[in-house]
Amino acid sequence: MRFIKKHGVNIGIIVAFSLFAGYSVYTDYLPGLEILKGNVRTFITELISMLPLMFILIGLFDVWLPKEKVQKHIGAGSGIKGSLLVALLAFMQAGPLYAAFPVAYTLWKKGCSRFNIFIYLGAFSTLKIPMLMFEIGFLGVKFSLLRIVLTMPAVIAIAFIMDRYYAKKSFEIKSLQ
Amino acid sequence: MKLLLIITGACLILSFIGDRRKTALGLKKGAMMFLKILPTILTVIIVVSILLYLVPEQKIAGWFGEESGFDGYMAAALVGSISLIQGFIAFPMAGVLVQSGVSYPVIAIFITTLLMVGIMTMPVEARYFGWRMALIRNSLAFVFALVVGVFMGFLWNLF
Repeated sequence: MRFIKKHGVNIGIIVAFSLFAGYSVYTDYLPGLEILKGNVRTFITELISMLPLMFILIGLFDVWLPKEKVQKHIGAGSGIKGSLLVALLAFMQAGPLYAAFPVAYTLWKKGCSRFNIFIYLGAFSTLKIPMLMFEIGFLGVKFSLLRIVLTMPAVIAIAFIMDRYYAKKSFEIKSLQ
Repeated sequence: MKLLLIITGACLILSFIGDRRKTALGLKKGAMMFLKILPTILTVIIVVSILLYLVPEQKIAGWFGEESGFDGYMAAALVGSISLIQGFIAFPMAGVLVQSGVSYPVIAIFITTLLMVGIMTMPVEARYFGWRMALIRNSLAFVFALVVGVFMGFLWNLF
């Protein structure tokens, strides 16, 4: 029941469209048929074959490498190992960028370096493993790989520039409470 | 598609050999996530498909397509910076746009700005890090997103 309540609008649209599609096929209504023949058919067939596989991978990843395990090892981690761990932690999380800010605050309080905070924010915003499966599903492996290969240097460059900028200024992360 | 099937199969077998209960739990988690997101994805595909039917493809290709050049890049960057769209919605949307002639570099800029630049969420960012840092981070991310798009344009046809 909660499912139906939460997705009320979505389910309404899906049901309405299914009725419209059925009507179009039944009466040979041309605009309806054109919409169906185009994107809807390609994507629904792709979805039905691809998405379950992607979600199997997401689920397995989640049980075998829980993010609590990685978080434990970050602490005052500095140097390249710390940066890699911080990035790994970011890759494992989900949610929009503003969900990363409270975590950045916690990491900062735990002694994470300024550079690694910027790496965390950059990594969080560019790549998330559950989302990656999704991206590959809709845009292809070539696109995702190229995008990641090109974005990672950008993330490091941004972190580097910002770290240098704050070298002689005070840097502080505030908690909202 | 075949590759994904092979990878998933291999992971599943390895996981099953490693720990049956963990595997079952993982499958359950994956299935739950899938069911939770399915109505949203279907709705996005339906709505975008109807919109694409109403707006002629040449028009979209004119705004964001191969011939739109730098204006297309800028338009994609601005739309990506301002919008607040979840990835679960943005990727299916981008997939539909690619099918209707929008070029991959433009999609890369749209996705990158969408992920890295958040004009609407800057006030939230500023409350944690201060306005100066929020402004610098977002501006740098905007510029680098365009750079990523330009490189994507160079590299796309090489592979």
